Amino acid sequence: MYEKHLMICGATGCISSGSRSVEQALVKELENHGIRDRYRLVMGGCPGFCEVGPILVIYPDEVFYCHLTPKDMVELVEKHLVGGEIVERLLYKGPDVAVPVRFYDSIPFYAKQKFNVLHNSGIIDPESIDEYIMRGGYRAFTRALTIDSLTICEEVKESGLRGRGGAGFSTGQKWEFTNKAPGPKKYVVCNADEGDPGAFMDRSILEGDPHAILEGMLICGRAIGSNEGYIYCRAEYPLAIKRLKIAISQALEYGLLGENILGYGFNFKINIKEGAGAFVCGEETALLASIEGKRGIPRPRPPFPAQSGLFGKPTTINNVETLANIPLIVREGGAAEFAQIGTAGSKGTKVFALAGKIRNTGLCEVPMGITFREIIYDVGGGIKGGREFKAVQAGGPSGGCIPTELLDLPIDYDSLNKAGAIMGSGGLVVMDESTCMVDLARYFLSFTQKESCGKCTPCREGTMRMLEILNRITGGFGNPEDLDTLDSLAHSIKDSSLCGLGQTCPNPVLSTIRYFRHEYEEHIEEKYCRAGVCKALFSYKIDQERCTGCRACVKACPVDAITGEKKEPHEIDQGRCTHCGSCIEKCRQDCILITRVGREADVSN
Amino acid sequence: MSAINLTINELAVEVTPGTTILQAARQLDIDIPTFCYDPELAPNGACRICVVEVENARTLIASCVTPVAPGMVIHTESERVINARKVILSLMVANHPLVCITCEKTGECRLQDYCYRYGVTDSKYSGEVKELSLDDTNTFFVRDMNKCILCGICVGKCQEVVGAGAIDFTRRGFISNVGPAFEDSIEDSTCVFCGLCIDNCPVGALTPKYSLGQGRPWQVKQVRAICPYCGIGCNINLQVKDDQVIGVKPVKESPVNRGHLCVRGKFGWDYLKSSDRLTAPLVKSDGVFVEVSWEEAFGLIVDQIEEVKLRCGDDALFGLCSPKASNEEAYLFQKLIRSLGSNNVDSFTRHCHAPAVNALMEAFGSASMTNSIEELAETGAILVVGANLAESHPVLNYRVREAVRRSGARLIVAHSETIDLVDIAHHYLPLRMGSAVALVNSLANFIIEEGLHDRAFIDKRTEGFEIFRKEVSGYTIKYAAEVTGLAEDELRAAARAYAVAERAAIVSAVDTDRHADSANLVLALANLALLTGNLGREAAGLYLPYGENNLQGIADMGALPGVLTGYQSIKEKNVREKFARAWGVSINVKPGFTVTDIFKHGKKSGIKAMYILGENPVTCSGEHLETAAFLTDLDLLVVQDIYMTETASLADIVLPAAAFAEQEGTYTNTERRVQLSRKAVEPPGEAFPGWAILAELAGWLGFDWNYDGPQDIFAEIASLTHQYAGIDYERLNEQGLQWPCPKGDHPGTKFLHNGRFSRGLGRFSVVDYEPQAADNLSICCSKGHFNCQCLSENLSRHSVINTLRNNNV
Ligand SMILES: Cc1cc2nc3c(=O)[nH]c(=O)nc-3n(C[C@H](O)[C@H](O)[C@H](O)COP(=O)(O)O)c2cc1C
Ligand code: SF4
Ligand code: SF4
Ligand code: SF4
Ligand code: FES
Repeated sequence: MYEKHLMICGATGCISSGSRSVEQALVKELENHGIRDRYRLVMGGCPGFCEVGPILVIYPDEVFYCHLTPKDMVELVEKHLVGGEIVERLLYKGPDVAVPVRFYDSIPFYAKQKFNVLHNSGIIDPESIDEYIMRGGYRAFTRALTIDSLTICEEVKESGLRGRGGAGFSTGQKWEFTNKAPGPKKYVVCNADEGDPGAFMDRSILEGDPHAILEGMLICGRAIGSNEGYIYCRAEYPLAIKRLKIAISQALEYGLLGENILGYGFNFKINIKEGAGAFVCGEETALLASIEGKRGIPRPRPPFPAQSGLFGKPTTINNVETLANIPLIVREGGAAEFAQIGTAGSKGTKVFALAGKIRNTGLCEVPMGITFREIIYDVGGGIKGGREFKAVQAGGPSGGCIPTELLDLPIDYDSLNKAGAIMGSGGLVVMDESTCMVDLARYFLSFTQKESCGKCTPCREGTMRMLEILNRITGGFGNPEDLDTLDSLAHSIKDSSLCGLGQTCPNPVLSTIRYFRHEYEEHIEEKYCRAGVCKALFSYKIDQERCTGCRACVKACPVDAITGEKKEPHEIDQGRCTHCGSCIEKCRQDCILITRVGREADVSN
Repeated sequence: MSAINLTINELAVEVTPGTTILQAARQLDIDIPTFCYDPELAPNGACRICVVEVENARTLIASCVTPVAPGMVIHTESERVINARKVILSLMVANHPLVCITCEKTGECRLQDYCYRYGVTDSKYSGEVKELSLDDTNTFFVRDMNKCILCGICVGKCQEVVGAGAIDFTRRGFISNVGPAFEDSIEDSTCVFCGLCIDNCPVGALTPKYSLGQGRPWQVKQVRAICPYCGIGCNINLQVKDDQVIGVKPVKESPVNRGHLCVRGKFGWDYLKSSDRLTAPLVKSDGVFVEVSWEEAFGLIVDQIEEVKLRCGDDALFGLCSPKASNEEAYLFQKLIRSLGSNNVDSFTRHCHAPAVNALMEAFGSASMTNSIEELAETGAILVVGANLAESHPVLNYRVREAVRRSGARLIVAHSETIDLVDIAHHYLPLRMGSAVALVNSLANFIIEEGLHDRAFIDKRTEGFEIFRKEVSGYTIKYAAEVTGLAEDELRAAARAYAVAERAAIVSAVDTDRHADSANLVLALANLALLTGNLGREAAGLYLPYGENNLQGIADMGALPGVLTGYQSIKEKNVREKFARAWGVSINVKPGFTVTDIFKHGKKSGIKAMYILGENPVTCSGEHLETAAFLTDLDLLVVQDIYMTETASLADIVLPAAAFAEQEGTYTNTERRVQLSRKAVEPPGEAFPGWAILAELAGWLGFDWNYDGPQDIFAEIASLTHQYAGIDYERLNEQGLQWPCPKGDHPGTKFLHNGRFSRGLGRFSVVDYEPQAADNLSICCSKGHFNCQCLSENLSRHSVINTLRNNNV
């Protein structure tokens, strides 16, 4: 028995902020004290709060340390582990708390969260099947072995679970279709391709609780009558793949995978297939083609995978997060419990990745129906640097933006669709006034344009033309007709493309036109980008009243465009200025203004 | 399953489940535009031009790939649909060079047509466009991928139908392209130049070189004809302008080739225009040919024939008929020879096929392929033995692929080489060369051992089973494995796959992979089919396709020494009397010499005069020099041909004949389908249709023949031939007719031996595997696109397709 469990976040976010070296320093320090074997040290799953990483949580003491560096380990070991005293300096102390706080329950970031699929993340050792089982793991599956397959489908339907991979189709219904499709051979496929830029919820689950995915797949296999599954995982997720492999071998060893599982005559095998890297390979038919060794390109549906999927056999394909919900639903009474969370049409919780100009970036799991305001201000801690909120992009490159007016919109599948966004995989990118909405649309479209597989005409040709128009507008060459052309092109692409990529990729453009039309008009008619992003559409000017002549900007400017005597107001040579924005960052007086080209300043940054 | 009711453009329609919206609309004659849809290819749904509005659907729906659902309410030309189509067309046009003024496709370009239909003039979307270089390195066609709209039809045809796999999509996204791997040139790809991609490209991206600058579609007359190469008899539309053939397109409506061709049909017709064509009768004088008038030529022939007959008797004259002759020509030819008093008429290529022909006669009583080309695609299992169809009969090969692709047929390929079908075969048996008889016998034996044979069929329809069963029992799987070099399990699995299929077909070839024991192989295959009851039913049979376009026909026409038309034996008195009455001559009772006799015995055969119609025995027979010497020594050698062949150059008199496109006539393909080929252009110079030459000569010889044209000749054939009795030119108009067709209202016969074999009972024969010395395993001629089709080669070597031969040999 160990005295304490030391959970260091070993997910990709914290690893990139240095959790590996923290771990090494910790080990060294423990060894120095000769107390290494008293503690169980785990590089665990992601507790979500990447903003404050690397994170170390100590159980059973329930202490949450953050922003750690290797150097901190000396004090931490000596004081906390040896001395039994909390190191206050390393506790969480954000602007949203009055005094440093010691555990999850008192950190505002976690206050409105509800852990379902992340309930094991950061708590258990993802490489230990025993810890998973200790926390109730595989109990739902053993229950599933004893009940009828259609009853399982029915329970999943009752829970109200909808697919977390984007389209939000009823999971129970999907299972039932596959269950009822004729044929002896069926497949379960887990979509772990997570291609949205900035999304990492699936990765966190895979890395933090891989057995939950296996259990979800096993239950699905039981429910649809399948004995073989595939996990299609991005090759860029080596840690996830490694943990899945470990989990599979452990489950095999425990007789939870393989032949005649637990003596119930149920067989199941899981294969891992590494993804080819294209965004569109996350689309289910392209994904199946890719597993089959063909070009990862979508095909028309119907037939849906439930009728004719992998190798032409009935197939259920589910997203990682969808599957992670399954063990909770299929345990005794789980469906009803699950259905209590959320709204009428969207049940349960959803994991979101918070990014952009928000204070608490990271991962959060919240009940469906929570409002954008709550997520952004309560969970997310508001906008960074005290700026104004402008919009939030929901659903990644296929989603749409939600403006200030809609901050109180509840987050569920249907409200989001109505507002012109989508749930998508759960990416939320928060923007403040320094974001140009036209440029934002251009950015997302340039992603989807590059990722268009090229099979169907509207998406292949249309996204290129839309991008060209947006490039023109942001480059200062927009025409008054461009808005109409964009709009009709966007609608036709949505209406006539083959797969979800084409059908959704105009969303960022359409929603920004819908909520920020004036910004487009300013770009086109006044050749002006109020956010100071589109380089051709503004100039920097130094506020002559406020400038103190400190020369900070002169030093920052890479092209020597700023001149002026010391202590005298400086000036920018418009001919030389490349709009790189380096001076703004350095000016302590906030006196570099964004102005219309050749006109007087009217909007300050 | 019950029918589905739905509404399209306010019209109610009832269709079967699984019908697509597009097909349902077509039932109502509603025209929905399509680019990427092709009924024989896997659903694609790429171009999106066919989108329609389905009420309550979130987006527009691609009609070509979406099956109907009950109660659907569909609008195919709503404003929303039209908007989307306009945008799609504009997007295509934005990335498509608008060079319609010079594009060969103008007038039949679907992009143009739809832009016209929806009023898309030019594109409001300007921007980056493709800039790809032309691929015109090959002899046959130019690829301008800048015009490509990426519909994928060509890829589907090349991969799914042809199996050549020469092209695929390359790159992704906006810069997607179609072409050979690594964007090599077509010349360096696995392209077989079948032209299927060209014939189906909706725009002008693929253009045959021969049609460049030759004429606009609306200036071109389409003349329906039959491909002059192999026995499949593909239907083609000759493209005619200013009395010139300027191209060939396949006929989509023909059940024979359904829009398919191979390189010979698509590109091999240019020999028509070859400068080597004969344009005037020639008479050899002092060793050199001089042009003479037809009268002079006929006069000379008459004098000399009469002289030979007088001096050496009727039997000194021999007629050799080409399997490329039309039915009418072959009929008149044998009629002429017989009218001159002997039955000395035969065909050289028929002899090439003799072992197979005789074997089939022995087993079934008819030498013809048992079932139709069309049926092959519907069968449940196909055993391909010793045939490389991709080389010999590509269009039949497409059907084998179709059977596998669309009907899920199990494919068993037994071939000593890795032929193309191996890629899709379920069972590949790479047997040792020359061991096929052992293989087939062992399959039969295993089927009997396993009790998988069709006892009812054997009892009722066959004879000789018990002896066969006993004799074949020595061919154990173990023995066969030793002899063939194959694994025992593979042999068993293959035998089961063939035997358990509800309907199974065997495909072999009479002229490729030909071993010295090819007659035995055919008999062994016949046994296998008899054993499993795979005969006399639709899609269950034995396919031995002929190599020449009218090999079937000239035999039907009696260009054989022992039989008259329809295989009526010369030995039968009433037959002789019937013909004597009809022709007004007496028919010699003595069967004529076979061509084998003649060439074997040379001078000793007593032949002094020979009339060769379109044959080239000098290059066809193995012993070139002896043949040439024999022909040179004849008192009279008349050669009627379209070129100065090696044989013609030895002749005393050479008669210039019209080629297939220059005359009307019928040809009977390998599935007994009598097909009408129309005249497209005038023959060059003084050349004349073969039938007219023969009829004219008959007049000079004193016979009273009166034919206004081939149609009259055909009527005479029908009046004398049971199998052809119900056929006339009118009835042949669209799809031809398969004999037997004894009455004017008979629909023709799709497959033979229905209920009864031609010889009564099907006969099992005991055939033994005889290990052969290596040099006996003479595989006929070269590999490549041309096998031992001496006559086809006569044509192809005057065509651009000859370049393929040079490359391949
Ligand atoms: C372009 C595109 C990319 C997609 N990428 C993903 C992905 O990365 N992960 C995922 O789970 N679903 C993705 N999807 C959705 C899948 O097609 C599919 O709907 C989902 O895997 C079904 O699982 P669910 O019902 O559990 O949501 C994508 C769809 C499209 C159109
Ligand atoms: S919508 Fe785009 S990604 Fe999807 S099939 Fe069409 S081209 Fe490919
Ligand atoms: S000519 Fe035939 S083989 Fe060549 S690319 Fe076209 S379809 Fe393929
Ligand atoms: S070349 Fe023609 S057939 Fe092939 S993809 Fe392009 S447009 Fe279609
Ligand atoms: S014809 Fe239907 S998508 Fe191309």
